[in-house]
Amino acid sequence: MSQLTPELERKLMTAVERMPAFPKSVQSILEMTRNINCLPKDLVGVIEKDPVMTMKILRVINSAYYGLPSKITSVGQSVVYLGINTIKNLALSFAAVGILPRFSTTGFDIQRYLLHSLTVAAVARILCEKYARTELDPTDCYIAGLLHDFGKVVFAQFTSVEFMKALATAADFGKPLYLAEQEHIGADHAYVGALLAKRWQFADTLVECIRDHHKEAVEPTAMLDCLRMADIICRKHAFGDAGNPWREEDLTYIPARFGGDFEAIVGRLGSLEKIVEDAQSFAQIGTERAA
Amino acid sequence: MKVKMWGVRGSIPSPGPKTVRYGGNTTCIEVRSDDDSLIVLDAGTGIFPLAQTLLARLPVTANIFITHTHWDHIQGLPFFVPLYIPGNKVRIHGAFDIVSMQGIQQVMEVQMQYSYFPIREAELKAGIEYVTLTVGQPVSIGDATVTPVLMNHPVTDLGYRVESNGKAMFFTGDHEPWLNIYKPEDPEYADYQGMMDLRQAELQAAIGKVDLLVCDSAYTMAEYPPKIGWGHGTFDHAFAMAQQVGVKQLVCTHHEPTRSDEDLEKVFAEALSRHSGLPFEVMLAYEGLEFEL
Repeated sequence: MSQLTPELERKLMTAVERMPAFPKSVQSILEMTRNINCLPKDLVGVIEKDPVMTMKILRVINSAYYGLPSKITSVGQSVVYLGINTIKNLALSFAAVGILPRFSTTGFDIQRYLLHSLTVAAVARILCEKYARTELDPTDCYIAGLLHDFGKVVFAQFTSVEFMKALATAADFGKPLYLAEQEHIGADHAYVGALLAKRWQFADTLVECIRDHHKEAVEPTAMLDCLRMADIICRKHAFGDAGNPWREEDLTYIPARFGGDFEAIVGRLGSLEKIVEDAQSFAQIGTERAA
Repeated sequence: MKVKMWGVRGSIPSPGPKTVRYGGNTTCIEVRSDDDSLIVLDAGTGIFPLAQTLLARLPVTANIFITHTHWDHIQGLPFFVPLYIPGNKVRIHGAFDIVSMQGIQQVMEVQMQYSYFPIREAELKAGIEYVTLTVGQPVSIGDATVTPVLMNHPVTDLGYRVESNGKAMFFTGDHEPWLNIYKPEDPEYADYQGMMDLRQAELQAAIGKVDLLVCDSAYTMAEYPPKIGWGHGTFDHAFAMAQQVGVKQLVCTHHEPTRSDEDLEKVFAEALSRHSGLPFEVMLAYEGLEFEL
């Protein structure tokens, strides 16, 4: 149950309109769109790595303006419906808002957050391909991974003092961040992320997955299972950091469908090296000095 | 229901001795429902000669449906004379623009800015109403129904299905069949193809059975490869769509502005020669072409 004040809720809803995107995607979009022959798949490849751009595109396309018969759940699907030129111009308008600073005033490291989101997204997609292909589209799992912690960026940008306290509590006491957020902000990032996703008329499955990803007592879905498992794998391997400290007891939350043996699950995924390298490159981790 | 073509040229007006037979005006189609309600599909320069014919019988009630806001489909709007006469009613329908986040009301504002046109939109005397449409939501016009259908073009483009007392026509506006942005060897190829196939099926279902299909057929197959992604189809694409939908009559429009009458007939004949036994009538659009459905 949220204890967000109505004022704060209103502030979060409207402030996200002005949310800047991530440096690499803004830079890439600006560069690529100077070339009239830029490849649509390259453009999609950039947009779908940026949680802010992805969120904004899904938001406008699922709004009531078009009244499309079914929910649009990925950037690729948005291109099929609206055409690459419209998506390109939307991305340019998002790029024009500016870029997220590397560190918000909270000290929240936006690049390590992005690395976490990208790796969780990629691992969730592989898990879905291997364990739940008949139940849902792996791309939907990718989007769930990319956006599951979106509420944290919103907190970092717009409730920075309280979020900084929550991050400190989580780090100092090894407490799950979502509990620390509830304590200091009155709601956690899952609640706020889902609130936004619902307001923006995202698919119900995605809204529920974002909302429930820290809830223990919910009916598991394939999307939720893949997201949670990916989150555990990436946090255990320290792929990025979204402010939620690793605790060995998190291994007890491995969803049943994957079998209980963590190492075996990871082993079946194959090498994660390329995923991490790609994500690092996009998050500009390890490259910031050269840039 | 009656249908009359007033502008059949794509991209830019192309007057001159080489385009006399098919015409040089850009897109405009007049549709009259059985109860004589006036529906105008697009406001390219062809709307100007149409407007002249309307002045004999005032007041005018006109229902204009804009497929999309590229110039060749809106350029005639400030010259639609009934807009200047008190007592007339003009309803302008069109899509929401997701990039500018504006409804169709911007179509006149943009064109009638001080630097580009001497009269301001606020000075128009007719009763003007703007209707921003929702995809798939039909609009009733007299005894006709107009249903907007989302097409594929580098800006939001609505095709329109017009139905009146059991007869129906569909106009694509500008449309290019969907293309896979990935190569067959890319891992994303199959998924994207699946989504495209779904869109194609949705489009066919939305067009439904129609007596007349007026379809963007800008290019020949030979011209098409360097123009992929420009948002226009070929004669062959139009034949395929007509076949898939199951029409009685196909009319190919949006003629290339550089194409002379002679060249147009030549390329059309070439396309037809590769498609013998088409199960529908097919012809090139020309200014003044009329159908009674």
